Amino acid sequence: MSERSNLTRRSVLAMTGATALCAPFVRPARAAATEINMLAWYGHGEPDIVGAFEEANNVKFKPKYYAGGDNMLALIAQSPPGTYDVILSDTEFVQLLNAAGYIEPLDANDYPFDDMLHDDFTKFPGHWDGDTLFSMMVRFGHLGVSYNTTAISAEEAMSYKCFWKPEVKGKVGHFDWHLPSLGMMSLYNGNGAGLWDLDDAAWQAVQETTMSLRPQVGGFFDYGGTFNSLKNGEMLAMCGIGDWITGVLEKDGAPVASVIPEEGGIQWTESYCIGKDSSKADIVRSFIQYMLSPEGQVKSAQMAAYPGNCITRGGRAALVAADIAEAQRTNQVDGNPMDPIALIRDGRIHYRNIPVNQTLEDWNDFWSEYKNA
Amino acid sequence: MNRFALVFRLPIIVWQGLFFLGPLFFMIVMSFFLVKNYRMEEAFELKNWARMLTRGYVWDSYWYTLGMAGSATLVATLVAFPAAYALAFRVSAEVRRWAIFLLIIPFFTSYLVRTFSWYVILAGSGVINAGLGTVGFGPYTMLNTPFGTVVGYLTLTLPLVVILQTVALANIDQNLVQAARNLGCSPPRTLISVVVPLAKTGLIIAALFCFILSFGDFVAPYYLGGSKPPTLPILIIDTTKSGQQWPRAAVVAVMMMLTLFAIAATAIWLAYRRRIAS
Repeated sequence: MSERSNLTRRSVLAMTGATALCAPFVRPARAAATEINMLAWYGHGEPDIVGAFEEANNVKFKPKYYAGGDNMLALIAQSPPGTYDVILSDTEFVQLLNAAGYIEPLDANDYPFDDMLHDDFTKFPGHWDGDTLFSMMVRFGHLGVSYNTTAISAEEAMSYKCFWKPEVKGKVGHFDWHLPSLGMMSLYNGNGAGLWDLDDAAWQAVQETTMSLRPQVGGFFDYGGTFNSLKNGEMLAMCGIGDWITGVLEKDGAPVASVIPEEGGIQWTESYCIGKDSSKADIVRSFIQYMLSPEGQVKSAQMAAYPGNCITRGGRAALVAADIAEAQRTNQVDGNPMDPIALIRDGRIHYRNIPVNQTLEDWNDFWSEYKNA
Repeated sequence: MNRFALVFRLPIIVWQGLFFLGPLFFMIVMSFFLVKNYRMEEAFELKNWARMLTRGYVWDSYWYTLGMAGSATLVATLVAFPAAYALAFRVSAEVRRWAIFLLIIPFFTSYLVRTFSWYVILAGSGVINAGLGTVGFGPYTMLNTPFGTVVGYLTLTLPLVVILQTVALANIDQNLVQAARNLGCSPPRTLISVVVPLAKTGLIIAALFCFILSFGDFVAPYYLGGSKPPTLPILIIDTTKSGQQWPRAAVVAVMMMLTLFAIAATAIWLAYRRRIAS
């Protein structure tokens, strides 16, 4: 005769019930972590970035991820004040955040302005209102020609003209956001530093140039689609992105690269702000300081979701010491002619902005027409 | 009406009111709101309707979406029918039960994951092109094309269409089919004159489900069609992304709802026409 177990269905239910009822009275080994509500692009609230800070300060980040500055503004606009403690913003949207009263002023003395790699970073456009600081730049990256190295040579990639190359017909992809792609078309048209400040004739010319690219286009993609189509070779060139996507693939061994062409490139800049009426401003300030520390800058440069360049000398030195391969891959080595800072100084990089003479809706309307063409 | 009948019907009435009619009413009202500084403001303006209805790209997207959903419905109906016919008439009841179980299994996994898995199969260096390459054909571009979109739509809808068609065919009175054959009807004639008319309601409902799901699908046209050109669901996303124009997106959504109401009403009328008449 087989021996029956004492574990009956009834006893299991009883034990489960008793455990559930006792749970609230079990004292945790450590005080509950303070929750910090973060609004950011994907990746900024992940353990590879915030894990060490959480551990050291007994806090827990609750990230809410957005895709695009419009999306970020809408999420804030639809939430009561104090919902988000820390907000990561693209720099061109900081002035809108400030104008709408969504962020708190910062004390400039709290941050390492004397350690910046470039003078512009100390007084970054849109981050200050008079002498009051509202947002602290933490990382940046450049957008240019992203391409498959087996289909486009390094020389060809030095001009946006390579997007029109017959051999890549139907294999040119767009990151599905009008701002960077149309900005690049504006650069290709020779608008240089005035790429966002287009009069009617220049705007019309940008639209015509963009439309002429349409037969080459194989698709419009979000982050995942861009990543996949470059990885599997469906797209051989991509307009509107840079190393923030190809860098991840390159490290994975894919034959892709990004360069800043002769016509110039566009800089994306990410900055931290403290949300209006946040009750955790002190710990958020510590977090921003941490992200600007050499350790934080290295984590930012190595971010699993998408890499970004260091903005402080200390950060760059720490990156070179900790991960020379990544520092060299991204040209973040002093004296390198393609050093991102050198490119800015040479005038080949233009900070991403919103259209000056048209509305975002005008640009989006044209983008929809372009996608349907 | 019986008091108990009303009580039993109350949950579905409340559910539909709260989660369908209420949001639908709000969406229609929202289409008249305005957006200022990324924030919606209550208003009753026709600006959004005027703007969206006069944009050529909106109508391009509309006709493209209609065409693609219609194509997927036609393909799904034709591809599913032989399988459903075989399951209904040619296999044992046990095999049919297992087949339906297997058709349900795809729904256990995320549709997004199933869609992404097509990358491996349809890519230029994917499974199909590799196979064709061994016999000297290709490579053919399948991803980021209307073909890719239809493949995605079928991934979503085909199992459901097969199940619905199988149920419809399996409920046909076999004596009527046998009678047709005994009276000298050829197999094709039996199929067209007896089987299809008897299963008409189920076949139309299956096609209707396919159309509704395809018409509103965002994933397939975006990830397998490359958003080239965008369908109406993609246009809704684009509209909300730039300037947070939810009211304008609501205009597109209302256009879609009206289209689906019209098509569903027509389909149901076709499906039940004779029954209502009788």
